[in-house]
Amino acid sequence: MLSIPARRTNDVTPSEITPREVFERRRDFLGTAAGFALGTALAPLSAALASEKPLASIKSPLSTPEKPTPLKDVTSYNNFYEFGTDKADPALHAHTLKTRPWTVSIEGLVKQPKTFAIDDIFRLGALEERIYRLRCVEGWSMVIPWLGLPLATLLKSVEPLGSAKYVEFISAADPKTMPGVNRSVIDWPYLEGLRLDEAMHPLTLLALGLYGEVLPKQNGAPLRLVVPWKYGFKSGKSIVKIRLVEKQPQTAWMKANPREYGFYSNVNPEVDHPRWSQASERRIGEFLKRKTLPFNGYADQVAPLYAGMDLKINF
Amino acid sequence: MAWWFALSQGKRHVGLFKIALFAVCLIPLLRLVWGAWNDTLGANPIEFITRSLGSWALNFLLITLCVTPLRKLTGWNWLLQLRRMLGLYVFFYASLHLSTYLWLDKFFDWQEIVKDIFKRPFITIGMSAFAMLLPLALTSTKGMVRRLGGLHWQRLHRLIYVIAICAVVHYWWLVKLDVSLPAIYSVLLCILLGFRLLWPGQGRRNVISGNFKPAQE
Repeated sequence: MLSIPARRTNDVTPSEITPREVFERRRDFLGTAAGFALGTALAPLSAALASEKPLASIKSPLSTPEKPTPLKDVTSYNNFYEFGTDKADPALHAHTLKTRPWTVSIEGLVKQPKTFAIDDIFRLGALEERIYRLRCVEGWSMVIPWLGLPLATLLKSVEPLGSAKYVEFISAADPKTMPGVNRSVIDWPYLEGLRLDEAMHPLTLLALGLYGEVLPKQNGAPLRLVVPWKYGFKSGKSIVKIRLVEKQPQTAWMKANPREYGFYSNVNPEVDHPRWSQASERRIGEFLKRKTLPFNGYADQVAPLYAGMDLKINF
Repeated sequence: MAWWFALSQGKRHVGLFKIALFAVCLIPLLRLVWGAWNDTLGANPIEFITRSLGSWALNFLLITLCVTPLRKLTGWNWLLQLRRMLGLYVFFYASLHLSTYLWLDKFFDWQEIVKDIFKRPFITIGMSAFAMLLPLALTSTKGMVRRLGGLHWQRLHRLIYVIAICAVVHYWWLVKLDVSLPAIYSVLLCILLGFRLLWPGQGRRNVISGNFKPAQE
């Protein structure tokens, strides 16, 4: 009765394709690029910033070779409740967000508490392109080419104290520029948290862009977290404050529904959401569902972080 | 005003109203087919289709429940003759909604589906609503009304109130966090059910005296 044509997702734009020679010499390229980037990539980078032209970045071996989800879908299907609870809302309403000037303060158990202007964060190191899978707790997934820096780069620059065990991420909550904040669906501001070792893990990314350009507002501009082995909501958007603390912080979703959302929220096909299964997912653009992988396919890198823990209890 | 006049004179043109209503009720479905064909249903068209079909099943259910209050308030008894078609559209959209779950979400993995029905309250209650809708659709023909007799038929079809409550609860339980839409449906349903409790002599008298006659075509 109702026929659904396969979506036309094979239209790969040139920007999505890694040139063959780069692909084949990827590791060589990386080695030189990394060394090169430290010294000289900074000048063109900040120039690119000023003009909002495509951002320069180096490829990362941590990227997945999977085909990225089309930009149109990445920027029109978002959970960002600060702009409304419908997934079409952020693309419609996020234009009011002001991303310059923007500061991020890092405080708490650190030797050098500091407030960064957003442009200073861009200058912390060479941007890397990290193509990551993103798995939403709702049962859909995407593949997104992020641009950013390892969060560890930022955290190391403020020198965490030995007593710091957790990191708390506080998102912006400005009722004037973020209309969704006027409704109390969530106890604003949006809070998220990681254990310090999770935050320092090489996969954990502070994203400043995607698809080669600065982060679109609906995706959490001007900077957001990306923790690819956890459900998407763990990756706070439009972050204004990062606090290093001793005790496990409360998160927005734990406060909203502690039975359904735990602190860890690692992607886990074995642990269902109380109301729906997490065993499979629909990759945006695909018709059939895929099996969900433990830790969203990043088990090799991150499973040791949870050695000896019962992940059914620590969900 | 022209609309009001047309409606108040509806008795003479019930046939025309039925044809128009039949076409109008198909619009939500045609919109989905059009959108799926032209890829305008967003990044996750299957989710969009599933939700849209569910919403329209619920919309038509509430519209069906409007018939009696509207008839009592306006005296347009001919409206009753549209009720069966509206009720069957509830069944039609609910069937499509269920089909998207069985096919596009579970791909007919019956083991998974049975597990879901027992394990997930929102699936349990949604399935129950559909199971109750089935006998109503099957007994909607004139022949079945005659066979059951008006009294039994009416009693059976009171299930629609239970179905409506189940449908709204189904919606409420599946929402992730923002329950504002299910809350609006709840308020509308309370008004429609409240009308039946409060309107003097509504329904019950006819049943008790055995005078009930289903609407004649």
